[in-house]
Amino acid sequence: MIKTDVAIIGAGVNGCAIARELSRYKLDITVIDRCSDVCEGTSKANSGIIHSGYDAKSGTLMAKLNVRGNLLMHTLSKELDIPFKKNGSLVLCFSQEDMGKLEELKERGEKNKVPGLKILSRDEVLKKEPNISDNVYAALWAPTGSIACPFIMTVAFAENAIKNGAKFMMSTLVTDVSGKENDGYVIKTSKGEEIEADIVINAAGVYADAIHNMVSKNKIKITPRKGEYILYDKNVGNYVTSTLFQLPTALGKGTLVTPTVHGNLMTGPTAEDIRDKEGTDTTAAGTALLKKKAVLSVKEGYGRNPITEFAGLRATLTEACELNNFEDEYLGCGDFMIGEVKDAPGFIDVAGMGSPGLSCAPATAEYVRELVGKIKELKEKEDFNPVRKGIKAVNGATEEEIEALIKEDPRYANIICRCERVSEAEIVQAIHSILPATTLDAIKRRTRAGMGRCQSGFCNPRVVEILARELGVDESEINKAQDGSYYVLSKDAN
Amino acid sequence: MKAQLVVIGGGPAGMAAALKAYENGVKDILILERDNTLGGILNQCIHNGFGLHTFKEELTGPEYALRYVHMLKDTDIKYMLNTMVIDVTGRGDKDNELKDIKDACVVTAMNGEMGLLKIEAEAVVLAMGCREKTRGALNIPGFRPSGVFTAGCAQRYSNIEGLMCGKKVVIVGSGDIGLIMARRMVLEGAKVICVAEIMPYSGGLRRNIMQCLDDYDIPLYFRHTVTKIEGKDRLTGVVICEVGDDFAPIPGTKKHYDCDTLLLSCGLIPENELSVAAGMELDPKTGGPFVNKDFETPKRGIFACGNVLHVHDLVDNVSKESVLAGEGAAKLILEGVKDWGEVQELKLPAKSQNTIPKDFDKTRQVICIRCPRGCLVTADKKEDGTLDITGNSCPMGFEFATNEMTAPKRTVTSFVSIKGKKNPVPVKTKGEIPKSSVFECMKTIKAVELDREVKVGDVIIENVAGTGIDVVATGETDGI
Ligand SMILES: Cc1cc2nc3c(=O)[nH]c(=O)nc-3n(C[C@H](O)[C@H](O)[C@H](O)COP(=O)(O)OP(=O)(O)OC[C@H]3O[C@@H](n4cnc5c(N)ncnc54)[C@H](O)[C@@H]3O)c2cc1C
Ligand SMILES: Cc1cc2nc3c(=O)[nH]c(=O)nc-3n(C[C@H](O)[C@H](O)[C@H](O)COP(=O)(O)OP(=O)(O)OC[C@H]3O[C@@H](n4cnc5c(N)ncnc54)[C@H](O)[C@@H]3O)c2cc1C
Repeated sequence: MIKTDVAIIGAGVNGCAIARELSRYKLDITVIDRCSDVCEGTSKANSGIIHSGYDAKSGTLMAKLNVRGNLLMHTLSKELDIPFKKNGSLVLCFSQEDMGKLEELKERGEKNKVPGLKILSRDEVLKKEPNISDNVYAALWAPTGSIACPFIMTVAFAENAIKNGAKFMMSTLVTDVSGKENDGYVIKTSKGEEIEADIVINAAGVYADAIHNMVSKNKIKITPRKGEYILYDKNVGNYVTSTLFQLPTALGKGTLVTPTVHGNLMTGPTAEDIRDKEGTDTTAAGTALLKKKAVLSVKEGYGRNPITEFAGLRATLTEACELNNFEDEYLGCGDFMIGEVKDAPGFIDVAGMGSPGLSCAPATAEYVRELVGKIKELKEKEDFNPVRKGIKAVNGATEEEIEALIKEDPRYANIICRCERVSEAEIVQAIHSILPATTLDAIKRRTRAGMGRCQSGFCNPRVVEILARELGVDESEINKAQDGSYYVLSKDAN
Repeated sequence: MKAQLVVIGGGPAGMAAALKAYENGVKDILILERDNTLGGILNQCIHNGFGLHTFKEELTGPEYALRYVHMLKDTDIKYMLNTMVIDVTGRGDKDNELKDIKDACVVTAMNGEMGLLKIEAEAVVLAMGCREKTRGALNIPGFRPSGVFTAGCAQRYSNIEGLMCGKKVVIVGSGDIGLIMARRMVLEGAKVICVAEIMPYSGGLRRNIMQCLDDYDIPLYFRHTVTKIEGKDRLTGVVICEVGDDFAPIPGTKKHYDCDTLLLSCGLIPENELSVAAGMELDPKTGGPFVNKDFETPKRGIFACGNVLHVHDLVDNVSKESVLAGEGAAKLILEGVKDWGEVQELKLPAKSQNTIPKDFDKTRQVICIRCPRGCLVTADKKEDGTLDITGNSCPMGFEFATNEMTAPKRTVTSFVSIKGKKNPVPVKTKGEIPKSSVFECMKTIKAVELDREVKVGDVIIENVAGTGIDVVATGETDGI
C-alpha cells in the first residue's frame, strides 16, 4: 500500500500543472497516468493557442481562468523554459452584416478584462497579414493572443513538480477509486498495488466522468468532440504571423489558421461529437473540410506541403452535477467543472476541460490549490525551486553556441533528426532526464526529433538504436508510445 | 580551413563529381559526409541491378559504391565522415559578377572531434541526395500506430541493421523501392499481402514488377489506395479501396486486410534544405535548383548533381551526370569565372508508367529482367521443339527468355550476421541459381553467423544449396 497526501489522476497539462503548483507546499504528491509518458491525452493534440479570453461567456469560471492563465503564461514560459510567443490573434469578419457579432465579441472580451482589444479595418488587417483572403471585411485584434508548445508545457510542469518532490507513476491505469470509512480514498490500479490518498484530484481528461462516477452518486458524462488538424511544412511557416480565427458563418463554426510556436503552419480543428474515447483517427472528410474552410481566411498557395494530419478529443461535458464550491459562479455544461464533489469530500474534479483548457492550466492549478487549501492546511516549502531548464538545442543556436555545445558534449555534433536538426546529445539527455523519455513519441515531444518534414523516415532507426543502447534493452522492446507499439521484431523472432 | 573544392555528400553523386574534378586537375578536394561511411543510399540497396552502364556488369548497391570508394582511396581526395554540413553560403550571384573565385563559398559543418568547421572553398558541389514522401504528405486517414514505414526506412532496418519491421505487410505505392522491399520482406520470412497503386500503372520498373512481385505471387492492384489505417498501438490492419478517375474511393469497393506493417513507396523528393538556405529558388518541376550547362547553380561556385538536383531512376545516370558537374567545377576553379550563361533544360527521365500487358501470357511470354528496359519477349515453340524468340532488343533477352522457358534462374542477395557486430554484411550468389532453389539458398544464408573480418568478394558459402554457385560478400565488415 502506497500512502500519499494528494493523488492526481491524469498527467495531462492539467494534472501536471496542478502537481507543480502543489509541489510548493509540504505535501506528498503522486500523479498517476495510464500512459507511458505525460502528455499522451488531449494535451498532445490541440491548437497550442494561449487564448486571450474574449471567447468565454462572461462570469464563467472559464472566462476567469482564461484571462488569468494567459497572464501567467508570460512569466511562466520564462521560469519553466516553455516555447511561447505572443503573436496576437485576429477574429476575421467576412461581411458588414456580421459586424455586430464582432462588436459583441469585443464587448464580451472587455467585460472579461482582456487587454488591448481593437477592431481593425480591412486595410489594417491586410497590412498586418498580406496573405489574408480577399473575403475579409474587418477583424478583432487581440494582442495578448499567444502560441505555446503544449508538449513542453506539460513536460515542464511535470519535471518541475518532480524536482520539487512529486512522484509520477506511469503506465498505471486507475481501475477503481473508493472512499475510506472516515476520510480519504483508496485507489486501485492495473499495477496491483493500492494507493491511499487523503485528497484525490480527477484530471483524467475524456475519462474524468468514469473516475468521477466511481465515487459519486451524481453521475456526469463527457462526450469526446473530435478536432482534426493539418500541419504544414515550415516553408510556409511565415504565411501568417498571427492566429486567424473566423467569426462563425453560414458554413458553421470556423476553422483557424495559425503559425505554431516552432514555425510550421497549422489549420484546424474540425468539431465532431463521437463515441469512442480513443477515436483520434483522422478522416478524409475532416481534412477536406479543413481545406475548404481555411481558404476563407487565407489565399490559396499555403497547402502544397502538408507534413502530417492528427486529431484530438475535447472533453465536452454533456451531463454535469453540483459541486461544493459553486455558490456564485456559473456551473453547467458550457463551463469547466472544477471543484470538490458534493457527496465525495476530498475528491476534486477537474472535468470538462475542453478548449481553452491549455490556456487556463496555470490558473486552473492555482484555483485547485485554493480548493485543496480549504481541505488541508498548506505549508510552503522553504526550498521550492520554481525554475526548470529545457534541453539545450542545436536548432536555433548561434554558431558560437553550437561550438560551445560540442565542446561540452561531442554528441551535439551528431545530428540524428536532419529535418529539425536534433543531435544525439539532446536525445540522450531526454532519455536520462528527471522524467525519462523512454519511447519515440516521448523523445519527439521533448526534442522534436521526428516532427519535421520527413516525419522520422530518416531518424526512426537511429532513435530506436539510441534508446535501446541507453536503456540497455533490445531494439524490439522500444515502443512508439504504449506497450505493443514496437517498431522491429526481435532478431530471434524467426 | 580551406579547400579548392568541397563536395557535400559522399554518395555516388558526390564521389563521381570529386573523382572527375580530381582527374581534371583539381587536387585539393574535400568530401563531407554526415554518415559513418561513404556510399550514401547505395549501402542499403543490397539488391543487384547497378552498374550495367558504368561498369558493364551487374553489381549490387554496396559493390557499386565500393568501386568508387576504392578509386577514391587511390587519389589524394580527402573525406571527413560523421560530418554534417549545416550551411553553405555563396558570395556571388549569376547576375552580379564574382570578382575572385578564391572567395566564392563558405561551408559550415560540424563534427564531434573538431566542433564547428568553417571551410572556404572556390567551389562546392551539392550532392545531398533525396528523401521519401511520407504518410502525412499522402494524407492517408486513420490512426497513427507504429508499423507504418517508408519503404526506405524499412530497407535500412533490414539491410543495414539486420532487423525486420514486421511479418504481414501491405505496400502502398509501386515505386521501385517498394517493389524491391516486397521481395526483401518475403525472402527474410515475412508475408507480403499486396501492393496497392493509385495510378493505372506503376512508377517502378517492369522488371521489378516481375522479379519482385510476380516471382512471389504478390498481387499488384492498380487504381487502389489505402483509405484507413487501423490500430492504436501497432498497426493491425488497413482498408484498401478502388479509386475512380478522380482518385476518389469508389463506394462499395472497401476491403479490409489484417497486417502489422504498411510500407509507403510513393516517390522521392530532393533534399534541398541547404540549397534553399543558400538562397536558391527550386524548380517546381524537379524539386531541385536550376543549373546551367556546367551544373552550376545561380549562386556562383555552387554546383549540384545527383538526386539533390532531380530524382534519378538509376544510379548509373547519377554517376554520369555527376561527372559533368565535377568537370564544370574543375573548369571554374582552373579557368576562372566566365559568364554563367543560360539555365540548362535537364533531360529528365521519362516518367515510367509501367504495366504488365493485359493479355500477358505466362506460358509463352516473359519480361526480361536483365536490364531496366524490361523487354516483353515472346518465346513460341517451333515444330522442331526449338524456340522462336521475338521482342528482345539484345542477345541478353534471347538468353533470358530461353532460360525462363526451360530452367529459370535468379541471383539472390541478402546479408549475413557477424558475431559481435551490430551490423550484418551484404552478400549475393556469385551467379544465378535455379529459381526453385531460392528459398533453400536463403535458409542456408540465414543460418550463417561469421566470426571473421570480411572483404568484398570473399566466399561466404561454397556451393550454396547444391547449386554449384558460391555466396560471396558484397560489402565489408569495417563498413565502406
Ligand atoms: C481539437 C482541440 C483543440 C484545442 N485547442 C486548444 C487551444 O488552442 N488552446 C487551449 O487553451 N486549449 C485547447 N484545447 C483544450 C486543451 O487541449 C485541453 O483542455 C487540455 O489539454 C486538457 O488537459 P487535461 O490534462 O485535462 O487532459 P488530458 O491531456 O487528456 O490528460 C488526461 C490524462 O488522464 C489520463 N487518464 C485517463 N483515464 C485514466 C485512468 N483511468 N487511469 C490513469 N490515467 C488516466 C490520460 O492518459 C491522460 O494522460 C483543445 C482541445 C482539442 C481537443
Ligand atoms: C531509400 C532509397 C532507395 C533507393 N534505391 C535505389 C535503387 O535500388 N536503385 C537506384 O538506382 N536508385 C535508388 N535510389 C535512388 C538513389 O538515391 C540514387 O540512385 C543514388 O543513390 C543517388 O545518389 P546521390 O549521391 O545523389 O544520393 P545519396 O546516395 O542519397 O547520397 C547523398 C549523401 O549525402 C549525404 N548528406 C546529405 N546531406 C548532408 C549534409 N548536410 N552534410 C553531409 N552529408 C550529407 C548523405 O548522408 C548521403 O550519404 C534510392 C533512393 C532512396 C532514398
